[in-house]
Amino acid sequence: MTTAGSQSDPRTTDEFIKGLWRDNPVFVQVLGMCPVLAVTNTARNALAMGLATMFVLVMSNIVVSSIRNFIPKQVRIATFILVIATFVTIVDYVIQAISLDLHKALGAFISLIVVNCVILGRAEAFASKNKIVPSALDGLGMGLGFTFALLCLGVVRELLGSGAIFGVHVFPDRYQDWVIMILPSGGFFTLGAWLLVFNAIKKRKANAAGTAKEAA
Amino acid sequence: MSEMTTLAPPEVPTWRMYRAMVGIGLLCGLLIVSVFQLTTPIIAKNRAEALQKAVFEVLPGAASSKTFVREGDRFVPLPDGASDSPGVGEERVYAGYDQGGALVGVAIEAEGMGYADVIKVLYGYGFDQSAIVGLKVLESKETPGLGDKIEKDPAFRENFQALDVSLDGSGKAASHPIEVVPHGTKTSPWQIDAITGATISSKAIGGLLGKSTAYWMPILAPRRGDFEESR
Repeated sequence: MTTAGSQSDPRTTDEFIKGLWRDNPVFVQVLGMCPVLAVTNTARNALAMGLATMFVLVMSNIVVSSIRNFIPKQVRIATFILVIATFVTIVDYVIQAISLDLHKALGAFISLIVVNCVILGRAEAFASKNKIVPSALDGLGMGLGFTFALLCLGVVRELLGSGAIFGVHVFPDRYQDWVIMILPSGGFFTLGAWLLVFNAIKKRKANAAGTAKEAA
Repeated sequence: MSEMTTLAPPEVPTWRMYRAMVGIGLLCGLLIVSVFQLTTPIIAKNRAEALQKAVFEVLPGAASSKTFVREGDRFVPLPDGASDSPGVGEERVYAGYDQGGALVGVAIEAEGMGYADVIKVLYGYGFDQSAIVGLKVLESKETPGLGDKIEKDPAFRENFQALDVSLDGSGKAASHPIEVVPHGTKTSPWQIDAITGATISSKAIGGLLGKSTAYWMPILAPRRGDFEESR
Protein backbone atom coordinates (compact mmCIF):
# COMPACT_ATOMS: atom_id res chain seq x y z
CA MET A 1 0.00 0.00 0.00
CA THR A 2 1.39 3.42 -0.84
CA THR A 3 0.88 6.66 1.01
CA ALA A 4 -0.58 9.36 -1.15
CA GLY A 5 1.37 12.07 0.68
CA SER A 6 3.96 13.97 -1.35
CA GLN A 7 5.83 15.29 1.72
CA SER A 8 9.58 15.60 1.67
CA ASP A 9 9.95 12.70 4.10
CA PRO A 10 7.64 9.87 3.12
CA ARG A 11 8.71 7.77 6.10
CA THR A 12 7.55 10.35 8.64
CA THR A 13 4.23 10.72 6.86
CA ASP A 14 3.90 6.98 6.96
CA GLU A 15 4.34 6.86 10.75
CA PHE A 16 1.35 9.13 10.95
CA ILE A 17 -0.86 7.52 8.33
CA LYS A 18 -0.37 3.91 9.37
CA GLY A 19 -2.18 4.34 12.70
CA LEU A 20 -5.10 6.02 11.04
CA TRP A 21 -5.76 3.33 8.51
CA ARG A 22 -3.41 0.45 7.70
CA ASP A 23 -2.61 -0.43 11.32
CA ASN A 24 -5.67 1.09 12.92
CA PRO A 25 -5.45 0.00 16.58
CA VAL A 26 -9.10 -0.99 16.79
CA PHE A 27 -10.18 -2.22 13.37
CA VAL A 28 -6.90 -3.86 12.33
CA GLN A 29 -4.91 -4.64 15.47
CA VAL A 30 -8.07 -5.16 17.57
CA LEU A 31 -6.34 -3.72 20.66
CA GLY A 32 -7.81 -1.81 23.58
CA MET A 33 -11.26 -3.36 23.22
CA CYS A 34 -12.36 -2.56 26.76
CA PRO A 35 -12.97 1.19 26.31
CA VAL A 36 -14.05 0.59 22.71
CA LEU A 37 -17.01 -1.48 23.88
CA ALA A 38 -17.69 0.21 27.20
CA VAL A 39 -17.80 3.96 26.65
CA THR A 40 -19.04 4.31 23.08
CA ASN A 41 -22.74 4.53 23.97
CA THR A 42 -22.79 8.19 22.92
CA ALA A 43 -20.70 10.08 20.38
CA ARG A 44 -19.61 12.58 23.03
CA ASN A 45 -18.27 9.91 25.39
CA ALA A 46 -16.52 8.20 22.49
CA LEU A 47 -14.86 11.42 21.37
CA ALA A 48 -13.75 12.34 24.90
CA MET A 49 -12.35 8.87 25.53
CA GLY A 50 -10.55 8.90 22.19
CA LEU A 51 -8.98 12.31 22.82
CA ALA A 52 -7.94 11.37 26.35
CA THR A 53 -6.29 8.20 25.06
CA MET A 54 -4.64 10.14 22.26
CA PHE A 55 -3.16 12.65 24.69
CA VAL A 56 -1.72 9.88 26.86
CA LEU A 57 -0.42 8.07 23.79
CA VAL A 58 1.35 11.10 22.33
CA MET A 59 2.83 12.28 25.63
CA SER A 60 4.02 8.85 26.74
CA ASN A 61 5.54 8.21 23.30
CA ILE A 62 7.43 11.51 23.47
CA VAL A 63 8.70 10.89 27.00
CA VAL A 64 9.57 7.24 26.43
CA SER A 65 11.41 8.14 23.23
CA SER A 66 13.39 10.91 24.88
CA ILE A 67 14.53 8.74 27.81
CA ARG A 68 15.08 5.56 25.79
CA ASN A 69 18.89 5.65 26.06
CA PHE A 70 18.80 6.38 29.77
CA ILE A 71 16.65 3.43 30.82
CA PRO A 72 18.31 0.04 31.43
CA LYS A 73 16.50 -2.73 29.59
CA GLN A 74 15.60 -4.60 32.79
CA VAL A 75 13.41 -1.85 34.18
CA ARG A 76 11.97 -0.45 30.97
CA ILE A 77 8.42 -1.82 31.32
CA ALA A 78 8.15 -0.57 34.89
CA THR A 79 9.37 2.84 33.78
CA PHE A 80 6.97 2.99 30.83
CA ILE A 81 4.05 2.13 33.07
CA LEU A 82 5.10 4.85 35.49
CA VAL A 83 5.18 7.41 32.68
CA ILE A 84 1.82 6.26 31.30
CA ALA A 85 0.20 6.26 34.73
CA THR A 86 1.41 9.81 35.30
CA PHE A 87 -0.25 11.09 32.16
CA VAL A 88 -3.44 9.17 32.87
CA THR A 89 -3.62 10.80 36.30
CA ILE A 90 -3.16 14.19 34.66
CA VAL A 91 -5.93 13.46 32.15
CA ASP A 92 -8.19 12.36 35.01
CA TYR A 93 -7.77 15.69 36.82
CA VAL A 94 -8.07 17.73 33.66
CA ILE A 95 -11.34 16.04 32.63
CA GLN A 96 -12.73 16.64 36.13
CA ALA A 97 -11.81 20.28 35.78
CA ILE A 98 -13.43 20.53 32.35
CA SER A 99 -16.70 18.75 33.07
CA LEU A 100 -17.86 16.71 36.05
CA ASP A 101 -20.68 15.21 33.98
CA LEU A 102 -18.22 13.90 31.43
CA HIS A 103 -16.01 12.51 34.18
CA LYS A 104 -19.02 10.72 35.63
CA ALA A 105 -20.02 9.29 32.24
CA LEU A 106 -16.53 7.93 31.52
CA GLY A 107 -16.23 6.69 35.10
CA ALA A 108 -13.53 4.15 35.88
CA PHE A 109 -12.52 3.94 32.23
CA ILE A 110 -10.33 7.02 32.48
CA SER A 111 -8.10 5.38 35.07
CA LEU A 112 -8.17 2.23 33.00
CA ILE A 113 -6.40 4.02 30.14
CA VAL A 114 -3.28 2.90 32.04
CA VAL A 115 -3.88 -0.68 31.02
CA ASN A 116 -4.91 0.09 27.45
CA CYS A 117 -2.52 -2.17 25.56
CA VAL A 118 -2.34 0.23 22.61
CA ILE A 119 -0.35 2.66 24.75
CA LEU A 120 2.16 0.27 26.30
CA GLY A 121 2.33 -1.48 22.94
CA ARG A 122 3.39 1.68 21.12
CA ALA A 123 5.85 2.63 23.86
CA GLU A 124 7.53 -0.76 23.71
CA ALA A 125 7.27 -1.46 19.98
CA PHE A 126 7.94 2.00 18.60
CA ALA A 127 8.89 4.84 20.93
CA SER A 128 11.62 2.90 22.73
CA LYS A 129 13.39 2.35 19.42
CA ASN A 130 12.81 5.59 17.55
CA LYS A 131 13.57 9.32 17.70
CA ILE A 132 11.20 11.80 19.29
CA VAL A 133 9.52 13.25 16.19
CA PRO A 134 8.56 9.94 14.56
CA SER A 135 7.41 8.68 17.98
CA ALA A 136 5.18 11.71 18.49
CA LEU A 137 3.73 11.24 15.00
CA ASP A 138 3.23 7.54 15.65
CA GLY A 139 1.34 8.37 18.85
CA LEU A 140 -0.72 11.03 17.10
CA GLY A 141 -1.61 8.70 14.23
CA MET A 142 -2.50 5.80 16.49
CA GLY A 143 -4.42 8.13 18.79
CA LEU A 144 -6.40 9.61 15.92
CA GLY A 145 -7.05 6.14 14.55
CA PHE A 146 -8.33 5.07 17.98
CA THR A 147 -10.50 8.17 18.27
CA PHE A 148 -11.85 7.64 14.77
CA ALA A 149 -12.76 4.04 15.58
CA LEU A 150 -14.46 5.03 18.85
CA LEU A 151 -16.43 7.72 17.03
CA CYS A 152 -17.51 5.21 14.36
CA LEU A 153 -19.04 3.09 17.13
CA GLY A 154 -20.33 5.98 19.20
CA VAL A 155 -22.18 7.68 16.36
CA VAL A 156 -23.94 4.50 15.24
CA ARG A 157 -24.87 3.47 18.78
CA GLU A 158 -26.17 6.87 19.79
CA LEU A 159 -28.09 7.29 16.53
CA LEU A 160 -29.88 3.95 16.82
CA GLY A 161 -30.03 3.83 20.62
CA SER A 162 -31.22 7.36 21.36
CA GLY A 163 -32.07 8.78 17.91
CA ALA A 164 -29.49 11.53 18.35
CA ILE A 165 -25.92 12.49 17.46
CA PHE A 166 -23.88 14.44 20.01
CA GLY A 167 -27.10 14.91 21.98
CA VAL A 168 -28.93 16.57 19.04
CA HIS A 169 -32.07 14.68 18.09
CA VAL A 170 -32.17 13.80 14.41
CA PHE A 171 -34.96 11.25 14.27
CA PRO A 172 -38.61 12.22 14.70
CA ASP A 173 -40.16 11.70 18.15
CA ARG A 174 -42.08 8.71 16.81
CA TYR A 175 -38.77 6.83 16.49
CA GLN A 176 -38.62 3.96 18.97
CA ASP A 177 -35.11 3.83 20.46
CA TRP A 178 -33.19 0.59 20.07
CA VAL A 179 -32.29 0.36 23.73
CA ILE A 180 -30.02 -2.61 23.08
CA MET A 181 -27.61 -0.38 21.17
CA ILE A 182 -26.66 1.62 24.26
CA LEU A 183 -26.40 -1.52 26.38
CA PRO A 184 -23.09 -3.44 26.34
CA SER A 185 -24.32 -5.97 23.80
CA GLY A 186 -24.93 -3.15 21.32
CA GLY A 187 -21.21 -2.43 21.46
CA PHE A 188 -20.40 -5.92 20.28
CA PHE A 189 -22.94 -5.76 17.44
CA THR A 190 -21.65 -2.41 16.24
CA LEU A 191 -18.01 -3.45 16.47
CA GLY A 192 -18.79 -6.60 14.50
CA ALA A 193 -20.58 -4.61 11.82
CA TRP A 194 -17.72 -2.13 11.46
CA LEU A 195 -15.10 -4.91 11.30
CA LEU A 196 -17.17 -6.43 8.50
CA VAL A 197 -17.21 -3.14 6.63
CA PHE A 198 -13.50 -2.47 7.04
CA ASN A 199 -12.48 -5.96 6.08
CA ALA A 200 -14.69 -5.80 2.99
CA ILE A 201 -13.09 -2.50 1.94
CA LYS A 202 -9.63 -3.91 2.49
CA LYS A 203 -10.36 -7.03 0.51
CA ARG A 204 -11.73 -5.07 -2.42
CA LYS A 205 -8.68 -2.82 -2.44
CA ALA A 206 -6.37 -5.79 -2.34
CA ASN A 207 -8.21 -7.47 -5.20
CA ALA A 208 -8.33 -4.30 -7.27
CA ALA A 209 -4.63 -3.69 -6.84
CA GLY A 210 -4.02 -7.26 -7.89
CA THR A 211 -1.14 -7.51 -5.53
CA ALA A 212 0.13 -10.82 -4.34
CA LYS A 213 0.34 -9.46 -0.83
CA GLU A 214 -2.52 -10.83 1.19
CA ALA A 215 -4.39 -8.56 3.54
CA ALA A 216 -3.78 -10.43 6.77
CA MET B 1 25.93 -2.78 24.59
CA SER B 2 26.24 -3.68 20.91
CA GLU B 3 29.26 -5.84 21.71
CA MET B 4 27.30 -8.01 24.16
CA THR B 5 26.59 -11.26 22.42
CA THR B 6 26.37 -13.60 25.38
CA LEU B 7 23.03 -14.96 26.48
CA ALA B 8 23.67 -13.90 30.06
CA PRO B 9 21.93 -10.61 31.00
CA PRO B 10 24.16 -7.63 30.24
CA GLU B 11 26.03 -6.25 33.21
CA VAL B 12 24.02 -3.26 34.30
CA PRO B 13 24.99 -1.95 37.71
CA THR B 14 22.04 -1.94 40.08
CA TRP B 15 22.57 1.71 40.87
CA ARG B 16 21.84 2.61 37.23
CA MET B 17 18.46 0.94 37.46
CA TYR B 18 17.76 2.74 40.70
CA ARG B 19 18.88 5.99 39.18
CA ALA B 20 16.58 5.55 36.19
CA MET B 21 13.52 4.56 38.21
CA VAL B 22 13.96 7.06 41.02
CA GLY B 23 14.70 9.82 38.53
CA ILE B 24 11.61 9.11 36.44
CA GLY B 25 9.54 8.61 39.58
CA LEU B 26 10.54 12.01 40.95
CA LEU B 27 9.78 13.72 37.65
CA CYS B 28 6.39 12.01 37.39
CA GLY B 29 5.58 12.90 40.99
CA LEU B 30 6.45 16.51 40.38
CA LEU B 31 4.27 16.59 37.27
CA ILE B 32 1.26 15.07 39.05
CA VAL B 33 1.58 17.40 42.01
CA SER B 34 1.68 20.49 39.80
CA VAL B 35 -1.36 19.38 37.80
CA PHE B 36 -3.17 18.53 41.04
CA GLN B 37 -2.41 21.99 42.44
CA LEU B 38 -3.66 23.64 39.26
CA THR B 39 -6.89 21.70 38.89
CA THR B 40 -8.04 21.23 42.51
CA PRO B 41 -9.59 24.70 42.90
CA ILE B 42 -11.35 24.38 39.53
CA ILE B 43 -12.72 20.94 40.42
CA ALA B 44 -13.93 22.20 43.81
CA LYS B 45 -15.65 25.12 42.08
CA ASN B 46 -17.29 22.76 39.55
CA ARG B 47 -18.54 20.53 42.39
CA ALA B 48 -19.98 23.47 44.30
CA GLU B 49 -21.66 24.82 41.15
CA ALA B 50 -23.14 21.43 40.30
CA LEU B 51 -24.55 21.10 43.82
CA GLN B 52 -25.92 24.66 43.75
CA LYS B 53 -27.58 24.00 40.40
CA ALA B 54 -29.13 20.82 41.78
CA VAL B 55 -30.39 22.69 44.87
CA PHE B 56 -32.04 25.33 42.67
CA GLU B 57 -33.58 22.60 40.58
CA VAL B 58 -35.30 20.87 43.50
CA LEU B 59 -36.37 24.13 45.17
CA PRO B 60 -38.28 26.03 42.48
CA GLY B 61 -37.86 29.77 42.92
CA ALA B 62 -34.62 29.57 44.90
CA ALA B 63 -31.95 32.10 43.93
CA SER B 64 -29.31 31.50 46.57
CA SER B 65 -28.39 28.66 48.85
CA LYS B 66 -26.58 28.02 52.08
CA THR B 67 -25.22 24.83 53.61
CA PHE B 68 -26.26 23.79 57.12
CA VAL B 69 -24.87 21.13 59.41
CA ARG B 70 -26.99 19.19 61.87
CA GLU B 71 -25.91 19.51 65.48
CA GLY B 72 -28.07 17.30 67.67
CA ASP B 73 -31.60 18.51 67.04
CA ARG B 74 -30.69 21.89 65.60
CA PHE B 75 -29.10 23.18 62.42
CA VAL B 76 -26.18 25.59 62.22
CA PRO B 77 -24.67 27.22 59.13
CA LEU B 78 -21.56 25.54 57.79
CA PRO B 79 -18.57 27.53 59.02
CA ASP B 80 -16.59 29.34 56.32
CA GLY B 81 -13.62 27.45 55.02
CA ALA B 82 -14.97 24.04 55.99
CA SER B 83 -14.10 21.13 53.75
CA ASP B 84 -16.26 20.56 50.67
CA SER B 85 -17.08 16.99 51.49
CA PRO B 86 -18.90 16.19 54.72
CA GLY B 87 -16.86 14.49 57.43
CA VAL B 88 -17.74 11.13 58.93
CA GLY B 89 -21.13 11.24 60.63
CA GLU B 90 -21.66 14.85 59.60
CA GLU B 91 -25.08 15.51 58.10
CA ARG B 92 -25.59 18.40 55.74
CA VAL B 93 -28.68 20.00 54.26
CA TYR B 94 -28.93 22.89 51.84
CA ALA B 95 -31.36 25.73 52.41
CA GLY B 96 -32.61 27.71 49.40
CA TYR B 97 -33.78 31.34 49.49
CA ASP B 98 -35.68 33.35 46.88
CA GLN B 99 -34.78 36.79 45.46
CA GLY B 100 -36.15 38.56 48.53
CA GLY B 101 -34.22 36.32 50.91
CA ALA B 102 -37.26 34.38 52.12
CA LEU B 103 -36.78 30.68 52.82
CA VAL B 104 -38.04 28.49 49.97
CA GLY B 105 -37.16 25.15 51.49
CA VAL B 106 -34.40 22.72 52.29
CA ALA B 107 -32.68 20.30 49.92
CA ILE B 108 -31.71 16.93 51.34
CA GLU B 109 -29.62 14.13 49.89
CA ALA B 110 -30.92 10.57 50.07
CA GLU B 111 -29.88 7.24 48.69
CA GLY B 112 -31.19 3.72 48.42
CA MET B 113 -30.76 0.54 46.47
CA GLY B 114 -32.21 0.58 42.97
CA TYR B 115 -32.48 -2.18 40.39
CA ALA B 116 -28.84 -2.01 39.27
CA ASP B 117 -26.95 -0.06 41.90
CA VAL B 118 -27.41 2.58 44.58
CA ILE B 119 -29.56 5.51 43.47
CA LYS B 120 -28.62 8.91 44.90
CA VAL B 121 -31.13 11.73 44.82
CA LEU B 122 -31.51 15.27 46.08
CA TYR B 123 -35.01 16.37 47.06
CA GLY B 124 -36.44 19.68 48.10
CA TYR B 125 -38.69 20.04 51.16
CA GLY B 126 -41.01 23.03 51.35
CA PHE B 127 -42.01 24.08 54.90
CA ASP B 128 -45.16 25.90 53.70
CA GLN B 129 -46.44 22.92 51.75
CA SER B 130 -45.14 20.24 54.15
CA ALA B 131 -44.28 18.46 50.95
CA ILE B 132 -41.50 17.43 48.63
CA VAL B 133 -41.39 20.14 45.98
CA GLY B 134 -38.69 18.80 43.68
CA LEU B 135 -36.46 15.81 43.05
CA LYS B 136 -33.28 15.30 41.09
CA VAL B 137 -31.50 12.01 40.54
CA LEU B 138 -27.82 12.65 41.21
CA GLU B 139 -26.50 9.18 40.49
CA SER B 140 -28.06 6.03 39.09
CA LYS B 141 -27.03 3.10 36.95
CA GLU B 142 -30.59 2.00 36.18
CA THR B 143 -31.24 0.18 32.90
CA PRO B 144 -31.09 2.63 29.99
CA GLY B 145 -34.46 3.01 28.35
CA LEU B 146 -36.42 1.50 31.25
CA GLY B 147 -35.22 2.27 34.79
CA ASP B 148 -33.44 5.45 33.82
CA LYS B 149 -36.83 7.02 33.08
CA ILE B 150 -36.86 7.99 36.76
CA GLU B 151 -34.51 10.77 35.69
CA LYS B 152 -36.41 12.18 32.72
CA ASP B 153 -39.98 10.87 32.44
CA PRO B 154 -42.13 14.03 32.73
CA ALA B 155 -45.19 12.22 34.12
CA PHE B 156 -43.08 10.59 36.83
CA ARG B 157 -41.35 13.85 37.68
CA GLU B 158 -44.73 15.50 38.24
CA ASN B 159 -45.10 13.29 41.32
CA PHE B 160 -42.48 15.35 43.07
CA GLN B 161 -43.93 18.80 42.52
CA ALA B 162 -46.06 18.38 45.64
CA LEU B 163 -45.61 15.05 47.36
CA ASP B 164 -47.21 15.22 50.79
CA VAL B 165 -44.87 14.33 53.65
CA SER B 166 -46.69 16.14 56.48
CA LEU B 167 -46.36 14.80 60.03
CA ASP B 168 -49.22 13.48 62.14
CA GLY B 169 -50.34 15.00 65.43
CA SER B 170 -47.46 13.52 67.44
CA GLY B 171 -44.87 15.16 65.18
CA LYS B 172 -42.92 11.89 65.20
CA ALA B 173 -44.28 10.06 62.16
CA ALA B 174 -45.70 10.85 58.74
CA SER B 175 -49.46 11.27 58.61
CA HIS B 176 -49.45 9.24 55.41
CA PRO B 177 -46.34 7.25 54.50
CA ILE B 178 -45.28 7.62 50.87
CA GLU B 179 -46.85 4.92 48.67
CA VAL B 180 -45.93 3.82 45.19
CA VAL B 181 -49.02 2.91 43.14
CA PRO B 182 -49.36 1.37 39.65
CA HIS B 183 -49.33 3.84 36.77
CA GLY B 184 -52.54 5.83 36.42
CA THR B 185 -54.01 5.01 39.83
CA LYS B 186 -52.66 7.93 41.85
CA THR B 187 -55.46 9.52 43.89
CA SER B 188 -53.81 11.11 46.94
CA PRO B 189 -50.95 13.60 47.28
CA TRP B 190 -48.77 11.12 49.19
CA GLN B 191 -48.82 8.57 46.39
CA ILE B 192 -46.23 8.17 43.65
CA ASP B 193 -47.50 7.17 40.21
CA ALA B 194 -45.05 4.45 39.08
CA ILE B 195 -43.58 4.19 35.58
CA THR B 196 -44.83 1.25 33.53
CA GLY B 197 -41.87 -1.04 32.84
CA ALA B 198 -39.79 0.54 35.59
CA THR B 199 -41.69 -0.61 38.64
CA ILE B 200 -38.60 -1.62 40.63
CA SER B 201 -36.84 1.68 40.02
CA SER B 202 -40.02 3.63 40.86
CA LYS B 203 -40.46 1.68 44.07
CA ALA B 204 -36.80 2.26 44.90
CA ILE B 205 -37.36 6.01 44.68
CA GLY B 206 -40.49 5.76 46.83
CA GLY B 207 -38.65 3.59 49.33
CA LEU B 208 -35.63 5.81 49.70
CA LEU B 209 -37.80 8.93 49.98
CA GLY B 210 -39.99 7.24 52.60
CA LYS B 211 -36.96 6.25 54.66
CA SER B 212 -35.28 9.61 54.34
CA THR B 213 -38.39 11.65 55.16
CA ALA B 214 -39.24 9.40 58.12
CA TYR B 215 -35.80 10.26 59.47
CA TRP B 216 -35.61 13.93 58.57
CA MET B 217 -39.13 15.32 58.88
CA PRO B 218 -39.50 14.98 62.66
CA ILE B 219 -36.15 16.76 63.09
CA LEU B 220 -36.48 19.29 60.31
CA ALA B 221 -40.11 20.41 60.36
CA PRO B 222 -39.98 22.11 63.80
CA ARG B 223 -36.66 23.82 63.12
CA ARG B 224 -37.71 26.19 60.37
CA GLY B 225 -36.34 29.07 62.43
CA ASP B 226 -32.78 27.78 62.25
CA PHE B 227 -32.74 28.44 58.55
CA GLU B 228 -34.52 31.79 58.65
CA GLU B 229 -32.59 33.40 61.52
CA SER B 230 -29.17 33.00 60.03
CA ARG B 231 -30.18 34.88 56.92
